[in-house]
This record gives sequence, structure tokens and C-alpha cells, in this order.
Amino acid sequence: MNVQKIRNGLVIDHIRAGTGPRIFNWLKLDRAPFSVALIMNVPSGQLGKKDIIKIDNVIDIDYSVLGFIDPNITVNVVEDEHVSRKITLNLPERVENVIRCRNPRCITSAEPGIPHVFRLVDRKRAEYSCEYCDELYRAGIGEFL
Amino acid sequence: MNERNAPSRGLAGLFGRGRGRASGGNADDGSAMLKGRHIIEPGNLSLPELDGLFDLAESIVKDPARYSEVCRGKILATLFFEPSTRTRLSFEAAMLRLGGSTLGFAEPGASSTAKGESLADTIRTVSSYVDVIAMRNPKEGAAHLASQYSSVPVINAGDGGHHHPTQTLTDLLTIRSIKGRFDGLTVGLCGDLKFGRTVHSLAKAMSRYPNVRFVLISPPELEIPDYIIAKVFKPSGVQYTQVRRLEEAIGDLDILYMTRVQKERFFNEQDYVRLKDSYILDAEKMRLARPDLCVLHPLPRVNEIAPEVDADPRAAYFAQVRYGMFARMALIMKLLGIVEGGGKKG
Repeated sequence: MNVQKIRNGLVIDHIRAGTGPRIFNWLKLDRAPFSVALIMNVPSGQLGKKDIIKIDNVIDIDYSVLGFIDPNITVNVVEDEHVSRKITLNLPERVENVIRCRNPRCITSAEPGIPHVFRLVDRKRAEYSCEYCDELYRAGIGEFL
Repeated sequence: MNERNAPSRGLAGLFGRGRGRASGGNADDGSAMLKGRHIIEPGNLSLPELDGLFDLAESIVKDPARYSEVCRGKILATLFFEPSTRTRLSFEAAMLRLGGSTLGFAEPGASSTAKGESLADTIRTVSSYVDVIAMRNPKEGAAHLASQYSSVPVINAGDGGHHHPTQTLTDLLTIRSIKGRFDGLTVGLCGDLKFGRTVHSLAKAMSRYPNVRFVLISPPELEIPDYIIAKVFKPSGVQYTQVRRLEEAIGDLDILYMTRVQKERFFNEQDYVRLKDSYILDAEKMRLARPDLCVLHPLPRVNEIAPEVDADPRAAYFAQVRYGMFARMALIMKLLGIVEGGGKKG
């Protein structure tokens, strides 16, 4: 499968297979006025299969949120058709208003307008807990706000 | 912009105090003062802070008259979004015995939330009127949320099945006052160890002291959650054993913490009938216990302690209720920065 080279933009690579559409939607790329490509199930030596997103524009991305969704992602910044730098991601210590707490007994289910905050409690297990009720979540899993 | 904490930043002068330290996480600095702090979970208090709190509580127990006016002019709000007569009255009695006043509501129908007001707005409003807030709310994390919008200290008086730190303070003060120490005690936790919030909090709190040993007495259906063993007992090196029958273990215990085994927790009635008597404390089982055993229960009790045990000098659960009031008196004083003799910590 050939996808045209991008001139100035971003290549979001090593996305866990199947997670690409989630990131595509989170970045609202379905409304992008520039060229974008979502490529799924690309053979990968490292992952077996992976998803890739190519964006022919330099857009602002909250890399901490991207790290929460999948810390194994790499982002290549392309300038004049060449990779000018690579961005590696980490699990952020805190994410706000990315996912919703699923615990029906949590105050976030009853109180309007408060931020949904999750803190990293176990980096090895990629485990986060809701700041309010302590419900545990694996990074990247959960209902997006 | 997130507007949380805005009152304490922008209106610090109006409210007469800066925001205290955040409630989240463990407070490990023993020199830190409690004035202005929120108490959301037992872990908010370091061991030196607990020691200071219990020293003050025991001083109040010995000479309550000395403290009967120290909170004159101060107001405690008791905001109870679900009924809890015992805890609410304990807080109100504590403040009244310190010479302060109380206001509040005992059910959500009597509050503005019945008109659809948010908890954040209720807290902003109430914290403009009072010096300290004790709040119970059925939603988990409600007290933490309240602390983010309050310009005065918030004490969590129970947020659903989540935290109830003053119950833990009550349990710890009772143990310290009766046993004189925490170190080296053998603590039996009996009954519903799976869903019992007070048991989990006490297990975490006692695990912070050296050489404490736990005997976990429950049916298989109601064993203590794995995370307590994996994340509390094992990292602390706490010794524990699991037994099925109270009779097997009662003779080894310094403390016996009883909880209720509820019929609805069992998969079938036969199991409940077979097991329930093992978790009912009666005079016959008390005969197997040490003469210095201390029996605790967070109350209310239903049938898990036979009334015949009440007269036994080792039954401490009604003394525990009274210690709860003294623990809350000491906590209110500490959060308001009031020192013994009626002065104030600067």
C-alpha cells in the first residue's frame, strides 16, 4: 500500500493495532482540511501489526494524552519531506478530561462540570486511579470524554 | 481556566486564611501543622501528626473542663447528604463540648441540592459562613471535591463506601487509650472483611506501626480483598494469618474488631446458616479469650455481638463511641489551629 509522502507534518507511528481510529477521532482528523491517512494493520517487526497516522500539516498535539492512550507510540516530525526529529512518549503523571470515570458511585457521575482527573499510580502496570473515587484504569482503556 | 480553589487564591483576605495543604497523598512531614488542612482519608495524617492528635485527645479525656471554651465563636457545619445520626451527633457534640456552635442539615432534602444546586456551589456558600465543615455524602470522592472548593477545612464524615477517616481515628484512639500502644499488637478482624470499609482503613492504619500482626477471621466469601494483602500487608512486612472460625483465634488476640456478616452477602442461605454462628461473639467464646482482650465494633451492631457480652469489661465498643467524640474534638482543635489553653497557633 502506497501513501503519498508528506511535505511538512507528522507521522504517528507504532500505534497499537486497532487503536488508530481512536487517536484519529481524538485529534478530530475527520474534519481536517489537509491530507491525512489512517493506515491500519501494517506489518511490524516490533508489534506484529501496527496502525499509522500521517498528517500533512503540523498540528498541536497534547503528547501527554497521546502517551496515556499508548506510550509506545513514536511521532516523527517531517520538514521538507524529511524526518527532522522523533518524539517518544511516556505515561503522564496526570490526565484531565480524557476519559470518564465509569464508577457509578463516583462524584463525577453526579456533579456537573468538574474535571475528570486520573493519576498514575503504577507505571509498570500502566495503572491510573480516579482522583475522586480511586477506581483503577489501565492506560488508554476507558470511555473518552 | 480551572476555577477550583479560586476563592482561596483571590479572596484570601476576605476569608481570613490561605488554603491549607492539599489533602491528597500522605503527609509525611511530622513537623507540619494541621491548621487549615482537609482530612479526606486516614492517610492524610502522618504518624507524628496522629501521635499529636491522640496526645491532645487523651488530654481532653483527662480534663474536659479545660477545653470547654476553646472554640467559643467558632462554627462547625455538619453537611449530611445522607442520614447518619451517630456520626453527625458525634461531630456536633464534639464542637459543643469545645464551646463552639454548629449548623447544617441531616438529609439532602433539607439542603439546596434538592433544588439542583451543585455540591461545589453548596460548599462555596457554606464555607463563607463557618470555620470548619464535616460532610457526609453517598458519592465516592465527594469530600475530595468539596475540599477543592472550600475556603475552610473539610473533614470527610464518610463518602459512600470510600473513606471515613474519623472512624479510623476513633478506632486508633480507643486502641491507644486502652492498650497504651500500637506496636506489637495482635489484631483480629472478624466478619465481613471484604466489604467492610472500616476494616480496610484500620488494617491500613495499623500496618503503619511496627510488629503488628493480623488474624483475619472470615468465611471464604468475605475474605479481605487481595489488594490489602498485596499493597498493604506485604510491602509493610506485616504478618497475617487467615482463619475460618473465631474460636480458633480468639485466644491469641489483643484486639478483636467485630463487623457484621450480612445475609445478603452469601450466595445461598445454607452457607449463611452454616457460617453465621462462627462470627457471633458470645459469652462462651469470650471465655476462650485473654483477660486483657479489647473488643471493638464500629456500630451499629445487629446480632454479631450477643448482648450478654456488653457487661464484660473487655467489651470496649461503647467506650469506643465516646473516644470517637474525643478524637473529633482533638481534630477540630488541630484544624482550627487552637492550642491547649485556648491560644492559637500562628
